[in-house]
Amino acid sequence: MKMLMAGSGALFVFYVLVHMYGNLKIFAGVDAFNEYAEHLRTLFTPFLPYAGFLWLFRVLLIAALVAHAWSAFYLWSRARSARTTRYVAKAAARATVKSKMMRWGGVALLLFLVWHLLQFTIVKFNVGSLPAEGNPGLLVISSFQVWWVVLIYLLALVALGLHLYHGVWSATQTLGWAGNAAARRRAKTLGTVIALVTSVGFALPPLAILFGLVKGS
Amino acid sequence: MNLTLKIWRQSGPKAKGEMVTYPVTDISEDMSFLEMLDVLNEQLNARGEEPIAFDSDCREGICGMCGLMISGKAHGPEVTTTCQLHMRSFSDGDEITIEPWRADAFPVIKDLVVDRGSFDRIIQAGGFISANTGSAPEAHSVPVPKPKADRAFMAAACIGCGACVAACPNASGMLFMGAKITHLGELPQGQPERDARVVNMVTQHDHEGFGGCTNIGECSSACPKEIPLDVINQLNKDLRGALMRGE
Repeated sequence: MKMLMAGSGALFVFYVLVHMYGNLKIFAGVDAFNEYAEHLRTLFTPFLPYAGFLWLFRVLLIAALVAHAWSAFYLWSRARSARTTRYVAKAAARATVKSKMMRWGGVALLLFLVWHLLQFTIVKFNVGSLPAEGNPGLLVISSFQVWWVVLIYLLALVALGLHLYHGVWSATQTLGWAGNAAARRRAKTLGTVIALVTSVGFALPPLAILFGLVKGS
Repeated sequence: MNLTLKIWRQSGPKAKGEMVTYPVTDISEDMSFLEMLDVLNEQLNARGEEPIAFDSDCREGICGMCGLMISGKAHGPEVTTTCQLHMRSFSDGDEITIEPWRADAFPVIKDLVVDRGSFDRIIQAGGFISANTGSAPEAHSVPVPKPKADRAFMAAACIGCGACVAACPNASGMLFMGAKITHLGELPQGQPERDARVVNMVTQHDHEGFGGCTNIGECSSACPKEIPLDVINQLNKDLRGALMRGE
């Protein structure tokens, strides 16, 4: 169960890194971003049909998401039933906001994911003012010119960063790769680096758009 | 020292418990925590009240019998067992809450005494080695590298007190189990049953209703024997290997 958790989590780590790299394309202009989005759909064609690779990848992600969330809720309920009478006084010696927020942060990320997919993949509604019909790059810019959209994303990125920080280290431990003090330090450093790179990398485009550094035209 | 104690009182396994406040006076800072409770119990006896039930045995910090949640920390503020905790770790006028270990796998028997039989059943499931009877073999015939012997000895320091479970937010027993897996798995004598051991112990652990590890590290901080978190890594590694070999 926990290995399923770690394995599916590792896939997400890989995915968010690629996703973040793709987002940075917006700095190269709307056209480069759109070309990248189109390229994702033509990857491995004509060997695969149009958007074939993209759908294969999506199916894999959905399967991993179901596995990750299902094992999380299973382990959560087991932990709850393992202590039905709670302490009157409990002082944490080491637990930090990162490890405490794994579960609620995960739920927050799940809610964010629904919003994010509706906004940019499924419905593609435009909360901004630029005309962006059929143009993903402009839709991104139009959306992030709205301050509360940026706020939602920044909050989600804080949750993602904390989740990754504890998750990466936790996965190495669950998979048995942190057998001594040096390996444990490496795993924690890796967690910090991945968390920082991802959250900062994702935060750059929305902030740049909000402050007018990247414009639609 | 004068202290205010808030202690969990529960007359039996099924009874509903509650926190009861007891003031204690003239406590010497050289007393151990359990001696302080002995003083309170003598006063309760003198008044004809029911004394507070708590576990203790050697009072030397090596048997693993005692264990109290003291103001939210397993074995209190120092890295030691409850019996080796002294009142000098507290200040005059302190209010101290005293609770039993809380885990459904450790049901309360009375007041501060819990049943840790679930640990025994985990040990029975795999925490042993098989040795032939007869004359003892020549010790030098089985070489053990020094680093492995050291690591096994470090893990063998676990006294099974249950503080790891008590401190864990998930009430998981994986530090205890990891210590046993590491202790026996590092030594040549532990190899024949190594795969079956980890699978059987984990199965029993889950069956007893302990939670799963989320790698927070409360257990290791609470451990009076300072068992490090990497024994859980060892447990996971052994489990992964055993499952892959089809155990």
